[in-house]
This record gives sequence, C-alpha cells and structure tokens, in this order.
Amino acid sequence: MRELGADTTTVAAAVDAELPPEKPARPVLRVVRKVLTDPLGLLGATIVVGLVVAAMFAPMIAPQDPYDLAQLDILDNRLSPGSESISGTTYLLGTDDQGRDLFSAILYGLRTSLYVGVASAAIALLIGGALGLVSAYAGGRTDSIAMRLVDIQLSFPPILVALILLAILGQGVDKIIVALVVTQWAYYARTIRGSALVERSRTYVDAARCLALPHHIVTFRQILPNCLPPLIVVATMRVAYAISLEATLSFLGIGLPVTEPSLGLLIANGYKYMLSGDWWISVFPGLALLLLIVGVNLFGDRLRDVLNPRFQD
Amino acid sequence: MTAYLLRRGGQALVTLFVMSVLVFVGVYLVGNPVDVMISATATPAERAELIRRMGLDQPVWVQYRHFLTAALSGDLGNSFLYNRPALGLIFERMPATLELAFTALFIALVIGIPLGVAAGLRPNAPTSRGIMAFSILGFSLPTFWVGLMMILLFAVYLGWVPASGRGETVEVLGVDFSFLTLDGLSHLILPATNLALFKISLVIRLTRAGVSEALQTEYVLFARAKGVSETRVVFVHVLKNTLIPLITVIGLELGSLIAFAVVTETIFSWPGMGKLIIDAIARLDRPVILAYLLITVLMFTLINLIVDLAYTVADPRVELEGRRS
Repeated sequence: MRELGADTTTVAAAVDAELPPEKPARPVLRVVRKVLTDPLGLLGATIVVGLVVAAMFAPMIAPQDPYDLAQLDILDNRLSPGSESISGTTYLLGTDDQGRDLFSAILYGLRTSLYVGVASAAIALLIGGALGLVSAYAGGRTDSIAMRLVDIQLSFPPILVALILLAILGQGVDKIIVALVVTQWAYYARTIRGSALVERSRTYVDAARCLALPHHIVTFRQILPNCLPPLIVVATMRVAYAISLEATLSFLGIGLPVTEPSLGLLIANGYKYMLSGDWWISVFPGLALLLLIVGVNLFGDRLRDVLNPRFQD
Repeated sequence: MTAYLLRRGGQALVTLFVMSVLVFVGVYLVGNPVDVMISATATPAERAELIRRMGLDQPVWVQYRHFLTAALSGDLGNSFLYNRPALGLIFERMPATLELAFTALFIALVIGIPLGVAAGLRPNAPTSRGIMAFSILGFSLPTFWVGLMMILLFAVYLGWVPASGRGETVEVLGVDFSFLTLDGLSHLILPATNLALFKISLVIRLTRAGVSEALQTEYVLFARAKGVSETRVVFVHVLKNTLIPLITVIGLELGSLIAFAVVTETIFSWPGMGKLIIDAIARLDRPVILAYLLITVLMFTLINLIVDLAYTVADPRVELEGRRS
C-alpha cells in the first residue's frame, strides 16, 4: 500500500477529495435526460416502457384470459387478423390453433418473457458482480482462480451450457432462470473486475484502507458505486440477450412448459402452420419479441454512450 | 513446441475427464428413462428386468466406471431409443452439421470481411453507417426468428428455395455432401445464411475495428510516405494485420456455430446432430445426450488447441507457454 501523510487530517482531506460526491437523484436524472434527448434512445425507452406497462397490466388490457379454457372457442381457431369471432368480438391479431386471441396471448407471453429475462439478469448480476468485486479486491490466488473459472465458463457457448443444464434439470420457469444465470454470471464478473481493478489503485481506496475501514465497507461502499456505470450497461444488454435466449430455448421445446407460454413458445406453436400460409400465429409474437429486444438494445446502446464514451462492449 | 503440445494435451484430457464426470452425474440425475421406454401396462417383473438389463440398478460410481471403461474403447453405450450405438448415431449425423457450420463460416467471412474493411476505411460514409446498422440488427435479432422469416419469405411466398431437408447429396469417401449438387445447394443456402447472420455481424465489427486501428499505425504511415499504392497498403499492410485477431475469434466461433446449429437444424429440419440431441433430451435418451455432450466438448477442446497453434504461426510475437517452463 502506498504511504500517505500520517496525520489523520490529511487522510480525511484525501478521502474528501477523492470520494465522489454523494450521488442521489440528480446524476441519475441527468443521465436519463441525456438518453432521452437522443432520438434512438428515446425510441428505445418508449418501446421498453410501453411493453413493460402492457405486460404489467395485461389482465386489464387483454380482451380475454388466453389460459382460461372456458373463454376459448375452438370454432374460432386459426382466424386471420381482424376477423370476427362467432360471438361477435373482433380478433385484432387473429387466433391460434386453439381459438386463442393472439393479442391477449402476446400480452401474457410478454409478462413471462420479461420476468424470466429480468429475474435471471438480476440474479446473475448479484452473483457475478459480487464475485468479480471480491476477486479484484482480494487479488492474488483468489483472483486468478475466479478468473480461470470465468474463462472456462465463457469458452462454452451459452446455448450449449443452457442445453446441458435444461437436459439435466428439465422444464420450468425456475429451471430456465437457473440456466440463464449460469450462462451469464461470468460476463458481469469480468466487467466489474475490470473496473474494480482500476478503482482499487486510486488514492481514495488507499485512504479508506489507511483509516482501517473494514474490507466489506471498502469494497461495497467505496469501490462498488464507482463500478456501477459499466455494469448497468452490460446488464441492459444482457437482459435483451437473456430474453432472446429464453425465447430460443422455449422455441426448441426445452425451455418453458406449455402451461407458462412465453413469446418463444407462441412462435413455436405457430411454426407448424406457417408453411400452410397461416403466418400470423408466428409472426405477431415474433414482432413483439423483436420490438422488445431492439428496444432494450437501443436504450442500452445510448446509455453506454452517455455513461462512458470510451467504454466499449 | 512438443512440450507445449504435451501440456495442452494434458490440460485437454483433464477438462474432458472433469466434463465427463459432471455430465454423467448430471444426466444420471435426470428423471427415469425406464418410464419412457416401457409401456404403462408392463408388470413389475418386466420393469425390474429392464432396469437390470440397462444396469440402472447399480450405484452411480459403478455405472460411471462401466461407462468410462467402455467409452475408452470407443463405446458410449446404445441409444435407449434406437437401440444402436450412440456414437454411431452421432457420427452419422455429424457431417451434415459440419457442412452447415463450415458453409456458414465461409459465408460469414466472404460477406463480413469486405463489409468490415469498407466500414473501417471510411467510418463516416453513409454506406459504413448502413453496414454498422445491419451489424447491430444481426447481433440483436434472435436467430430462430430470422430463420422463420426467411422460410416465410423465400420458401413460402417466393418459392425460390425449399424450406427443409438436405436435398440430393453426393457421396465422397463415404460421407454425404449437399453442396456438390444443385439441389443440395438450394437446400443448404437458407439454413447456412441463417446460421451465418450473427457471425457476419461479428466479423464486420472485428474487421472494422482492426482496420481503423491499423490505419493509425506508423507502418501504414511509413508505407504511404514511401509511395506504396493505396491498394497495396489496404491489402498487404492493413488487412494482414487485421486477420490475426480474426483467426482466434473465428476458430472459437466455429465451436459456437456447431452449438447454435441446434437451432437452425430444428427450424430447417436439417438432419444433423442438433436435431438428434433435441430429440434425445425430450425422450431422456441418456447415452445419446452423453455422447453428444462429450463429442462436443472434445471438439471444443481440439478447436481451442488448433486456434492457439494457428495463432503462433500467424503472429511470431506470440510466445508459447511451454517454452518458458
């Protein structure tokens, strides 16, 4: 550790000078404003907020509960978009092979997709983030072992890891979240370790350690806040990736069970009928998925530019 | 070089052993394959007989020991479903997957490198912006969805190419290839392009970054000052140095192409290993799952090794680990 002036006032002054000022709402607001002034950032944010609201209030917006069998009429199966049901209501986006209103099914599917994507990204962030932070702070053997683990994890493509895990665990919302967390924690660990290593060599950390602050305070209260910007950007992009991967796995029939249909499962359902010309069963859920992923990516891309112009990927 | 090879070989063996244990134990914990294989009306005696015949009544480590001794002699067990050697099933399907993966890699390079060079040479031109926008789309769109749309557009509406299968194949040295017949090519082009999309974006980004970096180096400045023609600067000085990092990434991406082929094969009904593993997972066909995973891990380890070696050949500055020890 570097030598600092022995008397405590100098140390305290150093802490004051180096510690970033308290960041309550103001910088966050500034960042949000900057993202929203960019047309693409605004577009992304609007899409994401719109879809999240639609998913949250799905039970109120959706014309029918797509999984209440009593509300479905098999006679209405595979109706094209805009056609009328036998009971007189209009199916905006058509129906699927069981007479389910696709618009309602998409709203409910969005709920599942968003939940799985956000939950898995959040858990992976907690686990990977903590590991990367501790690894950078501890250094030495701990660091090299942890990073070796990250390297091994990243050398296998996510889809293969998820495939192995789901083959072992079986289907289910909790299981796919586990699989997505395992495929993603390493990205967070690597990101936060990179920025934590830089922060660790700063004088404010030396000062905090001279004050004999406990390790957990130094890591989580002093270093962590300064590592957040790149972590937030990676998290945004990872949510989009998690949603996309979940949709892919569900499409393959090894992700979510049919009782909890995400967008991927809806697309898989329609796939059978696509070759015979009933395109809407697959296309509309696909468009919703596309909109969600592109929206998150646009927002994340802009966020990256705002939070750190030099930060790449 | 020999020391390095031996060391890397040892590492690869350890990785394989650890993976085989992990995968075996994991797969061992999956449901009960007997339930899938036997009819609901079977008597308990018939059931017990089947369990005994499959060796499922033994403890895990005994099952693993049997598995390992057999595996070392090239026998990964018989598929529960087809009652044929699992390894044979995999090898039968492997050429189709490899053909798809290599074609996709070829497409990614042939399209990605020129676009990347163009974007890197004139970063602010409208065409470059268009190329980069395309690469962002290629990164963010889910492959399976793009595949579906390609089928809808090119197979269902336009009817230019067939939507599924491998088409007519030609046998060369006992292996079937699609790309040697016109019919096979027409079957191959859609799935291969679909699989390649993500990699095209990746190659574009890497090439662009490499080119814009190389343009700022002193050797390019010197070459230009010397009066070397612009074509020569781009193709010899810039491109050659851009290719080095590309080799590493592309080698590693070949593995990920094989893994992602699972998705493309399912969409386009391409009869490769990917479809086999999806069916095996759905039906708890343990030997096939195990064999697939072990073969894939083996391929990954080999690819990593080859990439490391290719890297040292392409860039003499890279030092082999083995030399130092």
